[in-house]
Amino acid sequence: MSISREDIEKVAMLARIKVDDEQVSALEKDLGNILDLVDQLGTADTDSVEPMAHPLDAVQKLRADEVTETNQREAFQAIAPATEDGLYLVPRVIE
Amino acid sequence: MHNKSVAELSRELESGKVSSVELTQQFLDRIKREDGKFNSFITVSDQQALAEAKAADEMRAAGKATPWTGVPFAHKDIFCTNGIRTSCGSKMLDNFVPPYDSTVAASFRAAGAVCLGKTNMDEFAMGSSNESSFYGPVTNPWGLASGDKRVPGGSSGGSAAAVAARLVPAATGTDTGGSIRQPAALCGITGLKPTYGRVSRYGMIAFASSLDQGGPMARTAEDAALMMNVMAGHDPKDSTCIDRAVPDYTATLNEPLKGLKIGLPKEYFSDQLSPAMEEQVRNAIGEYEKLGATVKEVSLPNAKLAIAAYYVIAPAEASANLSRFDGVRYGYRCEDPKDLLDMYTRTRAEGFGNEVKRRILVGTYALSAGYFDAYYLKAQKVRRLIQQDFINAFQEVDVLMSPVTPSPAFRQGEKNTDPVSMYLEDVFTIAINLAGIPAMSVPAGFVDGLPVGLQIIGDYFSEARLLNAAHQFQQVTDWHQRDPK
Repeated sequence: MSISREDIEKVAMLARIKVDDEQVSALEKDLGNILDLVDQLGTADTDSVEPMAHPLDAVQKLRADEVTETNQREAFQAIAPATEDGLYLVPRVIE
Repeated sequence: MHNKSVAELSRELESGKVSSVELTQQFLDRIKREDGKFNSFITVSDQQALAEAKAADEMRAAGKATPWTGVPFAHKDIFCTNGIRTSCGSKMLDNFVPPYDSTVAASFRAAGAVCLGKTNMDEFAMGSSNESSFYGPVTNPWGLASGDKRVPGGSSGGSAAAVAARLVPAATGTDTGGSIRQPAALCGITGLKPTYGRVSRYGMIAFASSLDQGGPMARTAEDAALMMNVMAGHDPKDSTCIDRAVPDYTATLNEPLKGLKIGLPKEYFSDQLSPAMEEQVRNAIGEYEKLGATVKEVSLPNAKLAIAAYYVIAPAEASANLSRFDGVRYGYRCEDPKDLLDMYTRTRAEGFGNEVKRRILVGTYALSAGYFDAYYLKAQKVRRLIQQDFINAFQEVDVLMSPVTPSPAFRQGEKNTDPVSMYLEDVFTIAINLAGIPAMSVPAGFVDGLPVGLQIIGDYFSEARLLNAAHQFQQVTDWHQRDPK
């Protein structure tokens, strides 16, 4: 199955990855080949098959609603690109 | 000393013939001297290692030693290590020093093991050749003497090359579609991918969460068993980790194999396999027959769909997992973003390499509106068909045996321009991850001077039996002792 330049640009925006024209051309070929590969899935009869999410069909365990973590804001923010007064800084969102 | 196994080094330390500080210094010197040829380490943490060695010697003097106390090893650079840079082979995390330990790192620390550093890997564990690392490719120690630069496999290629080159006796790895077994095979060492949920994934940087599993890479099955004794077990911090008793994996290594029923999946002895490889694998299976095992052919009719299912499920999960790298809380951020969208899109364009971007885009596409049922849901259904094939096979036999790879280590640059040809490298390993069962790679011969791996596949939680089968094979063969000159 082929994938169009428009599809690639749309998906790249959904994934928040900037791509230039040259990259879109390369991706058109590579993604097209990968989608050809996965198109083999269509040959399998899966009408009565349940999708498998966990190999052992385990279910999410719930823990007691108790505080177990201590506040480590300083340790975590020490490795952030930009912080101020205990807050993470990003470019202005609201003018 | 560098030729000794973990079990042997443990005995040397126990007898007092050598201290951990001496041993650690010897291995650090060796890494410094030799690793320029292989590029198997991203970070060598010599100061922390020597401090851990000193603490290990004190732990031993206080009578609190475990079999691992003072033994040097290395972590794949995907396991978060408190205070030691954890890059996952990516520019995105080049500056990331975790403020916490992964559960696997904490377990080795508690056992008193000495971490010498972090090994090279394909970026975010996406690759089968170690050529997608931001820190440059790893070179396989095998073939190098004749001037041949071959890949070590991937994604745990740094761990495999470091163990093969005797830079460390053992290293951790992770396996999402073959990333422990394939590099172990191409580098001539022993590797085990455990049952999904046997080893905690907490602090192990996520690629495809329903497939990822950490495991041991070492020279011998006995050493892999010693590693499993540290790594396996329930962890409340990983909700997919299974709460089930952990056996002593070394206790059953010496069980006889008489009566072991081996199945050979006919789909894994297809024309994709080179005749020279097949001969080595069949010879290895012959050794098992001499040990009293019986062999019969079995079929995994849906195995041919494994790569297709994998290249929907793994990229889809990766696209979700890697959305966390946004330039806000840690890791890389682009220079001078003009607004928030510009910051996200340039941070991710500049921080991720090509293969990672390809997989994120494939995954985003497969999960996007209108395609979810056709791709992700369909792949999850095929996944159950693949699992059912294995369940059926294990009603007839105890273990399955096959090659790990279709051919021995290929040359650097040979496959990295065509993603699909690289994906086909994992044709014999991927179905195991989809089913969630354990499998090993065991050194089983050579083709053109390059190692060949035998894959031993088991039912859920049969790691002890796999290690037993591998250990017994290693008592009657010496492939695992061969040294790349």
